[in-house]
Amino acid sequence: MKAHLSYWAYYLHRVSGLLLACFLPLHFFLLSRSLQGEAELDRYLKLTDFPIFKWGEWALVTLLALHLIGGVRLLLIEFGTWQGLRKSWIQISLIGSLLCGALFIALSH
Amino acid sequence: MNTAVLQAKLWYAQRISAMVLALCVAIHLLIIYYAIQNGLSAAEILGRTRGNLIFALFYEIFVLACLVHAPIGLSNILRENTGDSFITRVLPWLLAALILVLGNMAVLGVVWGTA
Amino acid sequence: MSSSTLHVKVWRGAEQGEFIEYEVPRAANQTVLDVVTYIQRKLDSSLSYRFACRVGMCGSCAMTVNGKARWTCRTHVAALGSGSELEIAPLNNLPVIKDLATDMREFFDKMNTAKGFFKGEKTRHDDFAKLKPHSLERQLANAGIECIGCGVCYASCEVVASREDYLGPAALNRAWTLVNDVRDSQQLDRLRAVAGDAGCHSCHTQGTCSERCPKQIEPTAGIAGLKKIVGRAAVLGSKWGKL
Repeated sequence: MKAHLSYWAYYLHRVSGLLLACFLPLHFFLLSRSLQGEAELDRYLKLTDFPIFKWGEWALVTLLALHLIGGVRLLLIEFGTWQGLRKSWIQISLIGSLLCGALFIALSH
Repeated sequence: MNTAVLQAKLWYAQRISAMVLALCVAIHLLIIYYAIQNGLSAAEILGRTRGNLIFALFYEIFVLACLVHAPIGLSNILRENTGDSFITRVLPWLLAALILVLGNMAVLGVVWGTA
Repeated sequence: MSSSTLHVKVWRGAEQGEFIEYEVPRAANQTVLDVVTYIQRKLDSSLSYRFACRVGMCGSCAMTVNGKARWTCRTHVAALGSGSELEIAPLNNLPVIKDLATDMREFFDKMNTAKGFFKGEKTRHDDFAKLKPHSLERQLANAGIECIGCGVCYASCEVVASREDYLGPAALNRAWTLVNDVRDSQQLDRLRAVAGDAGCHSCHTQGTCSERCPKQIEPTAGIAGLKKIVGRAAVLGSKWGKL
C-alpha cells in the first residue's frame, strides 16, 4: 500500500502537523512570559541557548515549510480543478522546505 | 446536528482555517528570517512588537486560525489510531484550550505586557 | 539471467493459514493467472481462486501479487521484476473465504450504502432525457463510469484498512459519477450517505487507489469533488437543498 510518492506526502504531512501541534503550546507559553516584562522573557529565552534547541528550531522551520507547501497541494486537490495527484507539488514541498531550513541556518550565523 | 453534517462542517472549517494559515505561515516565515537577522534577545523582540497594532491583529488572526485547524487535525489522527477512546474525545479540546489561553497571553504579552 | 522455474508462494487457508511454495515452469507471455491455473490443474487441485474472462474485462481475478493488488490475467510474470520469485495472496481488506478467494459482500454493500445506484423519475411515457455529452457534469461522470467493481482500489486503501465502516474509493467514485448524473433524483440522500466519517471526509488523499486502478480511474478525484459539494451543502446548501 505504501511505497509511492503520494503516500509519503500524506505521511510527512501528518507527522509534521502532529509535531507542530505539540510545539505550539510551548511556543506560546514562552512568548507569554513577556507578560511579566522583558527580564522575565529574557530569562526563559536563555533556557533555549543550547545547541539542541537550535537544532530543534531548524527542524521546526523545515517542518513548518513542509506542512505549508504540502497543505497548499491538498487545497489545490480538494478545491481546484482536478489535475491529478499534483506530484510536482510534492517535489516542491521537499525542496522548498529544505531551502527554508538552509536559509534559516545561513541567516543564524 | 447529525454526525455526517458535523463532520462536513469540521472538514470545511479545517480547510478554511488552512487557507488563512497558508497566508499567515508564509508571512511568519519571512518575519522569522527578518528577526534572526535583527536579534532575538527579549529586548530586540519586544522592541519590534511592543505597541505594534498591526502585529497584534496579524498574530491574533494567526492564533484563532491555529485554534480551529490544529485540534481538528489532531482529532482525526487520534480517531484513526486509538478509535473512539477517552483520549480521542479529550485531547483535542485540551489542545484547543492551550492554544486559546496561551496564544492570547503571548499576543497580549508581546504587544502590551508590562514594562 | 532468469531460470526456467518460478518459485511461487501462494496463500493457503482462510484468515489463518500460511504461504505454500510451488515450482511452476516458466512459459512465454505467462501471466500470474496462468501461474495460478497451472498450480490448480497440475500441482494441487485443492487451490481455490476466482477468474472469469481472463482478458481484463471482468475484474474477477484480482489478487495481491508481490504486495500489490492487481488483475492477475493482465499481469505478466516477466514484467514483475522479481526474477523467479512470486508471492500471491488474496485481496487485502476483505474476509478470506478460502485461499485466493475473498468475500466481496462488504464491497458491494458499501456501493449500496453510498447510494451508488441510479434512481430516476421519468417513466416510459415521458420523453427521453436529453444529456449534453460535453457538459462539465457529463465529463466528470464519464471519467469514473468505467469501474467494473474489481476491488483493487478497495484492497489498496489504508483508510479502508483502518476504518471498518469507511465506504472506500470504489463506492465513493460510483457515488460521484451519479452526483454528476443530472437525471438522478436522490441527490440529497446521496450527499448525506457519503458525508461524514464513513464517507468522503475520511479520505486522506494518499492516492493509492488512483495509482493502482487497472482502468486508470482516479477515485481520489471523485472523492475530492464529493468533499467540496458535501462541505458546501452542509454549510451553504446545494442546488438540491441543505444537508
